[in-house]
Amino acid sequence: MAYKQYILICGGTACESNKGIELHDALKKAIEDNGLIQDVQIVRTGCLGFCEKGPIVKILPQDTFYVEVRPKDAQEIVKEHIVKGRIVERLLYDKSQSKTNVGVEGIDFYQKQFRIVLRNCGVIDPDKIDEYIARDGYKALERVLFEMTPEGVIEEMNISGLRGRGGAGFPTGRKWSFAAAQPDGQKYMVCNADEGDPGAYMDRSTLEGDPHSILEAMTIAGYAIGANKGYVYIRAEYPLAIQRLENAIAQSTEYGLLGENILGSEFSFTIELRLGAGAFVCGEETALLASIEGKRGMPSPRPPFPAVKGLWGCPTVINNVETLANIPIIMLKGANWFNKIGTATTKGTKVFALTGKIKNSGLIEVPMGTTLREIIFDIGGGIKDGKEFKAAQTGGPSGGMIPPQFLDTPIDYESLTEIGSIMGSGGLIVMDEDDCIPDITKFYLDFTVDESCGKCAPCRIGGRKLLNYLEKICQGTGTADDIQNMKDISEAMSRASLCGLGQTASNPIKSGLRYFMDEYIEHIDDKKCRAGKCKNLLSYTINENKCVGCTACAHVCPVDAITGERKQAHTIDQDKCIKCGQCFDVCKFQAVSRS
Amino acid sequence: MSTETTPAKSAETLTLTKELKAFIAEWKEKPGNLIMVLHRVQQEFGYIPRNVAFEVADLLEVPLAKIYGVITFYNFFKLSKPGRNQIQVCMGTACYLKGGEDIIAEIEGILGVGLNTVTPDGEFSVEAVRCIGCCGLAPVMVINGEVYGKVQTKDLHGIIAEIRKV
Repeated sequence: MAYKQYILICGGTACESNKGIELHDALKKAIEDNGLIQDVQIVRTGCLGFCEKGPIVKILPQDTFYVEVRPKDAQEIVKEHIVKGRIVERLLYDKSQSKTNVGVEGIDFYQKQFRIVLRNCGVIDPDKIDEYIARDGYKALERVLFEMTPEGVIEEMNISGLRGRGGAGFPTGRKWSFAAAQPDGQKYMVCNADEGDPGAYMDRSTLEGDPHSILEAMTIAGYAIGANKGYVYIRAEYPLAIQRLENAIAQSTEYGLLGENILGSEFSFTIELRLGAGAFVCGEETALLASIEGKRGMPSPRPPFPAVKGLWGCPTVINNVETLANIPIIMLKGANWFNKIGTATTKGTKVFALTGKIKNSGLIEVPMGTTLREIIFDIGGGIKDGKEFKAAQTGGPSGGMIPPQFLDTPIDYESLTEIGSIMGSGGLIVMDEDDCIPDITKFYLDFTVDESCGKCAPCRIGGRKLLNYLEKICQGTGTADDIQNMKDISEAMSRASLCGLGQTASNPIKSGLRYFMDEYIEHIDDKKCRAGKCKNLLSYTINENKCVGCTACAHVCPVDAITGERKQAHTIDQDKCIKCGQCFDVCKFQAVSRS
Repeated sequence: MSTETTPAKSAETLTLTKELKAFIAEWKEKPGNLIMVLHRVQQEFGYIPRNVAFEVADLLEVPLAKIYGVITFYNFFKLSKPGRNQIQVCMGTACYLKGGEDIIAEIEGILGVGLNTVTPDGEFSVEAVRCIGCCGLAPVMVINGEVYGKVQTKDLHGIIAEIRKV
């Protein structure tokens, strides 16, 4: 039975939580009402990426791209578009789009993107293995098992130049070769899906949109290193991804793509899920392994590296979700196809979760070497509400803030390290003029202090001290000595901490002091927060000449600090004022000023 | 934990159900089973009751100290019963930048309790959680598993009143 048209509904978390399920049901009902069940198939795909404008609906073969679709729009889409072939113009992204150009080509968000990792996200139904297979799924595995030796697979990985996308950028082929070089015996292949970086959801979207690609890649890796058992360590906070992975494992086992003698070959491989329980430090390889073993997720010194002595003392390779998603396509199209994409040192693409004060937030994939300017202004559409760009943070709490002068840096592992940040796992947070650098830095330190496992002193004590200094500065009681102390502690933590968490925890401070020292100085010397975030440094006053006495401010003030007769100028009692800023927001006459 | 809201008696009478015992039996021989078992227990009770932790220790033959060591290490596991309605406010970076803190302050004001505390009637508990990965909808909160995106403080009264009614 061939369908004539397809309605793709984005099943990413953002769209699905935005009444995506009701939308699916409404569309299904509309199809039934119009007697089109034989002609139209509804597919719930993985994340289409354009989260800002969700829920997204795409109609094939016309490739029409509808945004912000509500359940109530379902009947109209079916009656107009499906039945009569007329585009529902009010649901297009750009209402002025010409009717011949209604697909993604017409949308700036998708220009400059290049999808390798997300190749199937938003295209296939992640719950159907046949759709993955129809898109050349498991073909790479077949090729590897029957045409290549394990050494050949590792060699291919080395030529491809793929580096770990978890953040550190270690060459994947080399990692595999270490484990492969260990004597035969029990070995393990682990997928790190414990995406803990706040403000990042690349791995979640990949797992939800294309779970089979991860299973296929793990099986290939297992073959290359000689492991017969794989674990996916995944956050318990990602129920949809867990459900789709469980379903995918069951399907591929049924198809003989997992289990004993895969596809009739000599090779056997099984995969099990292990749930994380909310510990950022488990992103560290040794801590992650401790957690799979059912223990507290504390890191241990390396060496020995997991490739030599990992899970239950056996050689173990740990790869991140995004790294793995690249592997089937590398094996299929060849390392020499892959290594032509990207920069001299960093091959392939990078998926970013583009969020913060950006117009088009969403999930994007760009070739390495793309500049931040292209990502933020061309793909992201620039800063929201016409505000001014202040900084971009890559690498989450372990990364640094990148100021405007580096917007044209082509991004790869080396260039980002050079300017004081890191590639990280793919969170890209955009900050504007309303964001205060010491305040955001305090947010990140608060996070790392909370997540520090406490095993080593530099991280446990140093992080707490840094946070105390930042709190002082944001409250307006910081001193000039604090800056020097912060620099010293930051350096000590980077050198002496046991694992990556402590070693990188001070990156937001280091980069902040490097590029935004003037903001720190203002907080300390002038007791001023130019972004208006640090409440202790603010004061609100009412301009008598502008105030018309509408009483709006007095009404919203939660502590009754504002007094004044109706139609008379009002005043704020500074002793009572808690600096919540509600009067500032509510005043229609710009009579309340903040300084 | 000082936030016990249910009478201690009812917590003491909680025991492993037949299904849970079967689950533990199934996992007992698998290495690294403890965290998976605790997840299953919390799924059942909403937290890890003390009595049940004792039972798990017996069945898995691991020291109770080890079980509590694991429970207290991970953010996900709870030692006290949450409210009937659980409000989780996302504190990922995107949500923080877009006013997540204001959302928490407003909810605390409406409910009259602080973070990680249950209202005296046992109806609501509110907690700040790690990034839930809906950054496009920031600021985000989750009530009883349902995601609320682009939340504005002025809407909170209405949302909570709506839930109270159900």
